[in-house]
Amino acid sequence: MNDRLVDKQISLEARDLSISYGEKQVIQQVNMKISSHQVTAVIGPSGCGKSTLLRTINRMNDFIPTFSMEGEIIFQGRNIYGPYSDPGVIRQKIGMVFQRPNPFPKSIYKNVIWGPKINGYTGDLQELAEDALKRAALWEEVKDRLNESALRLSGGQQQRLCIARAIAMNPDVILMDEPCSALDPSATARIEDLIKELRDNYTIVIVTHNMQQAARISDQTAFLYEGDLIEYGVTKKIFTQPDKKKTEDYITGRFG
Amino acid sequence: MKRTQRKRKEQLFIWICRAATWSAIAILLTLLFHVMREGIEWLDLQFLDSFPSRKPERAGIKSALWGSVWLIGLTAMISIPLSIASALYLEEYAPKNRWTRIIEINLANLAAMPSILYGLLGLAIFVRYFDLESSLWSGSLTLSLLVLPVVVIAAKGSIRSVPLSIREGAYALGARRWQVVFYQVLPSALPGIMTGIILALSRAMGETAPLIMVGALSYIAFLPEGPSDPFTALPVQIYNWASRPQDEFHGLAAGGIIVLLILLLTLNAGAVFIREKLQRYKS
Repeated sequence: MNDRLVDKQISLEARDLSISYGEKQVIQQVNMKISSHQVTAVIGPSGCGKSTLLRTINRMNDFIPTFSMEGEIIFQGRNIYGPYSDPGVIRQKIGMVFQRPNPFPKSIYKNVIWGPKINGYTGDLQELAEDALKRAALWEEVKDRLNESALRLSGGQQQRLCIARAIAMNPDVILMDEPCSALDPSATARIEDLIKELRDNYTIVIVTHNMQQAARISDQTAFLYEGDLIEYGVTKKIFTQPDKKKTEDYITGRFG
Repeated sequence: MKRTQRKRKEQLFIWICRAATWSAIAILLTLLFHVMREGIEWLDLQFLDSFPSRKPERAGIKSALWGSVWLIGLTAMISIPLSIASALYLEEYAPKNRWTRIIEINLANLAAMPSILYGLLGLAIFVRYFDLESSLWSGSLTLSLLVLPVVVIAAKGSIRSVPLSIREGAYALGARRWQVVFYQVLPSALPGIMTGIILALSRAMGETAPLIMVGALSYIAFLPEGPSDPFTALPVQIYNWASRPQDEFHGLAAGGIIVLLILLLTLNAGAVFIREKLQRYKS
């Protein structure tokens, strides 16, 4: 898994990124390059700013009135927070899967096609839905009941539906904010397998509080502590020979 | 010892609640029974299909029934879009500052206003100032004013209870604000909004005072052909009959009440049916 590291393209880059809510700074001077077609995990204790960092990438923090930031996030050669960038367009290219499955109270089919539809997709929606559901490993389970309410699915299925919904937009990046924290172990295992498959087509950034999960599925791992990026590198190395004492203490469970 | 005492208190409490519920139902049933006994004999096709008359055996509620149908239809058409749009604006777009606070407090005040004041307002504004006279326009606009704050408050509550996660999910797919509001928030809130509308319109349907203020006539021997025509309504007609000394007219009033009740229940049943249909996808 980890020898894929050599010579990859950079998908996202944070430059001197600092984030505050009001007076309180939650991320300090983070510099980080995220490679495309890799799974990058962000780990750290609760409140270390990992979700904030993730939500800043697709401008989901714009809705918080006290949110402010400095520095840049470069995506496809342009600053996501540049004067001409459009959050709507950015979110079309950088999808997101949330902590709790949040399907719309509509049918399974409508959940998948809603995004493309409102953004003016002109192709065959039926085909698109089938493809997205297949990629999210959900097609076999739902193909006979596409018109049923999405809320009737199990938690794990709902989360895969949310992944299908993100995939249907054909994004470059999929951000995942602790996508398994509300799921049982077997549903978690399915999502983890899915993430490993998705890496071939998408750049994935996943926030997780579960270190084993990060070790299992990611190519690179970033360790955040109190808003500082303590260590960032190949997952195997972070988990076996971390450079920093703090990282070692965290992964060995001395705090967290 | 202590335990049995607590148990006894529990039992006592349950019985008090039970008695309260049953007494309310009993009063309602007594009322219904009384009205039925007095009015049922007057209830026939002739009653439904005749205009009011000085002779009780020839009197009917045709003009009042159709007047009420017109009135509620117009009130619904005016108040529903206005109240949903106001609620969406207040919840989704308006900045949270002192002005919106003042508006919200006053909405609550307006909802608690006695309906006769709306009648006075309607008389001054619609009947006199806009010169709409005692037409269905005046009546329905006045009732719309009465209904608006109630529906806006209900709709606001319903919109606010749409979970943040649905909005976030929609934004994360690149949706614009109006798309989130129109395609996600509004459909999710609609069943709740419908409930508010049903309750408010039912209340409007039984209103008498404001209609008398704007001059709904009780003797009308023709059907309104458009919103500019004068009209009467069921509660006005019932009020009129009930205030006459002769016993036969009291029977007519009871008959009118039965018709009003049936109309209300049909309206509510229809609205509940629509609401259930809208709610299909909520697990």
